[in-house]
Amino acid sequence: MEPIMAIVTGCLYASAIYMMLRRSIVKLVIGLMLLSNAANLLIFTSAGMTRGAPPLIPLGAMQPDGIIADPLPQALILTAIVIAFGVLAFAVVLIHRAYNIIHTDNLDEMKDTDT
Amino acid sequence: MSPYSECCEGYALINQLEGSEETMQLAVLLIFILAACVPWLYGKHKDRTSKLLALLPAGLTLWFAQFIPEIASGNTIIHEHAWIPGLDISFTMMLDGLSLMFALLICFIGTFILIYAGNYLKGHPSLPRFLVILMSFMGSMLGLVLSDNLITLFVFWELTSITSYLLIGFNHHQADVRKAALQGLIVTVAGGLALLAGLVMLAYVSGSYSLQEIFNSNQVLTEHPLYAGMLICLLLGAFTKSAQFPFHFWLPNAMAAPTPVSAYLHSATMVKAGIYLMARLQPELGGTALWMTLLTSFGAFTMFTGAFLAIRSTDLKKLLAYSTVMALGTLTLLLGIGTELAMMAFAAYLVGHSLYKGALFMLAGIVDHETGTRDVTQLGGLRYLMPITAICTLVAAFSLAGLPPLFGFVAKELMLDALVQSSLSKWILLLVIASSVLVVAVAAIIAIKPFFGTLQSTPKKAHEAPLELLAGPVVLTSLSLLMGLMPGLAGQWFVLPAAASVWSQPIDGYLSLWHGFNWALLISFISLGLGILVFKRWESVRSILSLLNPLIQRGPEAGYFRFMDGIVYIAQWQTSLLQNGSMRSYLRTIILTFVLLTGYTLTQRYQLHWNWDVSVYLHEIIVALLLVTAAVTACITHSRLGAVAAMGVVGYAVALFFTLFSAPDLAITQILVETLTVILLVLVLFRLPGFGNISTTAERGRDAAVAILTGILITLLIMVTIDIQLFPPISDYMIENSQPLAYGRNIVNVILVDYRALDTLGEIFVLALAAMGVYAMIKFRPDTAPGANHYAGTLILPPKNTFTSENDDVTPLTDPDQFSSPSAQLNKHKQEDV
Amino acid sequence: MMKPGTLILHVAARFLVPLQLVFSVFLLLRGHNEPGGGFIAGLVASGAFALYLFTFGAAVTRDLMRVDPRNFIGVGLLIAMLSAFPAWFHGQAFLTAQWWPILLPGGTEIKLSTPLFFDIGVYLTVLGSVMTMLVALTETEER
Repeated sequence: MEPIMAIVTGCLYASAIYMMLRRSIVKLVIGLMLLSNAANLLIFTSAGMTRGAPPLIPLGAMQPDGIIADPLPQALILTAIVIAFGVLAFAVVLIHRAYNIIHTDNLDEMKDTDT
Repeated sequence: MSPYSECCEGYALINQLEGSEETMQLAVLLIFILAACVPWLYGKHKDRTSKLLALLPAGLTLWFAQFIPEIASGNTIIHEHAWIPGLDISFTMMLDGLSLMFALLICFIGTFILIYAGNYLKGHPSLPRFLVILMSFMGSMLGLVLSDNLITLFVFWELTSITSYLLIGFNHHQADVRKAALQGLIVTVAGGLALLAGLVMLAYVSGSYSLQEIFNSNQVLTEHPLYAGMLICLLLGAFTKSAQFPFHFWLPNAMAAPTPVSAYLHSATMVKAGIYLMARLQPELGGTALWMTLLTSFGAFTMFTGAFLAIRSTDLKKLLAYSTVMALGTLTLLLGIGTELAMMAFAAYLVGHSLYKGALFMLAGIVDHETGTRDVTQLGGLRYLMPITAICTLVAAFSLAGLPPLFGFVAKELMLDALVQSSLSKWILLLVIASSVLVVAVAAIIAIKPFFGTLQSTPKKAHEAPLELLAGPVVLTSLSLLMGLMPGLAGQWFVLPAAASVWSQPIDGYLSLWHGFNWALLISFISLGLGILVFKRWESVRSILSLLNPLIQRGPEAGYFRFMDGIVYIAQWQTSLLQNGSMRSYLRTIILTFVLLTGYTLTQRYQLHWNWDVSVYLHEIIVALLLVTAAVTACITHSRLGAVAAMGVVGYAVALFFTLFSAPDLAITQILVETLTVILLVLVLFRLPGFGNISTTAERGRDAAVAILTGILITLLIMVTIDIQLFPPISDYMIENSQPLAYGRNIVNVILVDYRALDTLGEIFVLALAAMGVYAMIKFRPDTAPGANHYAGTLILPPKNTFTSENDDVTPLTDPDQFSSPSAQLNKHKQEDV
Repeated sequence: MMKPGTLILHVAARFLVPLQLVFSVFLLLRGHNEPGGGFIAGLVASGAFALYLFTFGAAVTRDLMRVDPRNFIGVGLLIAMLSAFPAWFHGQAFLTAQWWPILLPGGTEIKLSTPLFFDIGVYLTVLGSVMTMLVALTETEER
């Protein structure tokens, strides 16, 4: 399954980067969302994928039965998902604020706003 | 092997015996600790503070004085303290003749400077700050001359640069003062960088950062291929610090400092640091043709430049500053000559100069303080109003001119003697004679102009200075006189041990006032006569020299300004090139750099093999196809709603993958976040304009190429990494101990709240910060506050009182037309921005 | 959408919110052993309030929550930080888990622990953060 997931992740990255390179700030937001999903999948895939063996220990046992999925990348991704949401919210509101003040959604026109 | 190195081995035993002592470190640290206490002391004792502070350097002078007999017999005292042993950096302190002479001068003169400064700046609101920096400077300087470790020495070296920057820029509300301070800082710190390079090379070549070890090893550093580069780097550091030509220009500008600072920095400390460094390294690096050529030529030229520029000045402090440049040149010249006699002359001249220059600066400060001007052309006849000041100035200036029976005479005779006996070229001798003529004239100007002749009216009614101001000059000039009358005693205990450290052998000689009739005496007489002549004709000399002004204006200082302008120009150029404000070009640069570097490493280091022999189920393929289709749709759709919907599909498809591949926690989180994201986008995204179609096809093609390249690289990266296991996974430990130790069966959760709880703590802080950021951006609308539009577009919050109170945030002060039509807002902003 | 919605949405919200909140607490408490935990439970609870927010608007939701959502953030972070300290009293590293099993009269054992408090802190922070953002956004929307 990993080769297929590698291609899928590659596609996600490509679309994320493409969207982030657009001028429209709304597209930048879409690109950010795609990028966080892509990054999560990148970690998830490179750690190896296991079917039907969640990292849980059966009740009463000390060790899991047989091989289980690696829990560490899952823990990393879990927080990453939540933080990505927080950062997305921040970015969206920031962009909205910027738009309200500068009145353009064109990133190239936002570059001379320092003064 | 010289007899001296045998001594050293003998004293190695003593060193070991005293190795456990760390009193010298304590002495240095005590100054810093006391510096930190100054604000508190000032709060309690007000104007008495500086006198209380002076007790410490006074005590330290006595403490260092107790080492005189031991050091004079040729010993070296070492107090060891490990600091960063792994990097061969220690806080070990070394006291030999040279260090002791410097330490005594620093503490002794520092005592009087503190007393003087307390009165000079009496009632100044920033006096505590001044005292803090002055004490810190004193500590740094003492640390510098005592350090045995090259890195520690460098740290103290830079500390003196920084503290002197703060001292020179004490009156920082004046633009020219700031400029002068910055100039001093930039020149000395630039030299400091070169010095660091030189010290690292020195340590590399000699194999140790410890000065003692470098001295005791029998390596010949001068024949190493790195010698020339190392020497030039070290000398750059020393020359900039000690204001050698062409770096001399910062020193007179540093006269913008309050007089106590000038008196301290330019007599015994700061500018002598470079001299100290050269003297310190003389035994190891000196004696070569390169060393001699560089030091003698730069020294002689600096000497003449200083004397020449001094005679043009009318400002008392400028006169003194340029004569300091001259003295520094002389010291460098003597180090370059490198004979036994030259070393004696070096040590004597250094002490003599510190004494009379410290006194003269303080006296110039008194004249300035009491009369309100320090322009010698506007001063005159003060001898009846300020008799003690006049006498002291006369004596100190005699010492500067090198008249018997003062110590300056002893030093000058030795200097001339060393010069005559050396095999230096004639033009250096000529420069030296010319500068001694000029120095006599300068001394006469300083001593006679303000105090003799007719009394001139001054901005302030002149009267004799109080005791605190006079204490320093009186003591220092009496010492000049005393040491001049008893040169043998001063030489044996104080001067010659220092010379022996530089010469690295016991000195076979003595200091005396009378050397008999020789060339040196003749030169002295000639320069005295010519000097008085120059003084008599000073006005016309000055007007003739003023013809040279255009040449002087094109001197090294102009080069400095051109250099600074060049830096600004380059900064502007590269900023407009690299930081052009276009986020997309930044992104493209970053991404392409990542692709190129990672791609290169990937192809060079790792084998790629496609392992298609894997089990894949149909439903997984379908989800994968769905995911890719949704992502591509999000890219190419022209409607925002379509893009948001496609993003939803992407999110849920990812959640499906999490479910299929054993990550239930992730799947739940992803679904919940996806739902909240849709709410968020509905609330905000649809308030923004729709997708514009701004880019040209060529731009799209270029961006698509960048994107696809990245995608391919990521795919390859994953394919490579899933087959590589560089380290055993740490999750094995986490799985094994999840239930036995952490009592949790959900290992992901155990990792989050137990194994890696600190990470999670950081992450919830990030989340909280993001939330507060969103809240701040929404709630605080600075552009709605009356007259506060200059905050618009920034995240800086205007003063709190423009808002209603904190508790009132149920009805926030939001802009009523914040979400209204863009054209209405455009009008509003046009009104505000114009 | 922000105006009082349909009848079905009203009724559903009134019934679903308490259920979802109870469920979120359930997810929080069982999180150490089964899928769940502070992050997930916090998101579920936020989802519950978000539903209410959409149905009845910001003011009513504020009343329902009684506490400003920003306070949840502060309290959550504080609890999470405090759970780090008990380990110090045992001379252990920062954040080392401490367990205090309590035997209830019925014979069942409840394990109080610092990870549990930590998870509660996470729960409150997530809930507070999400609700702070959503309520603030909705309020600007309503004006």
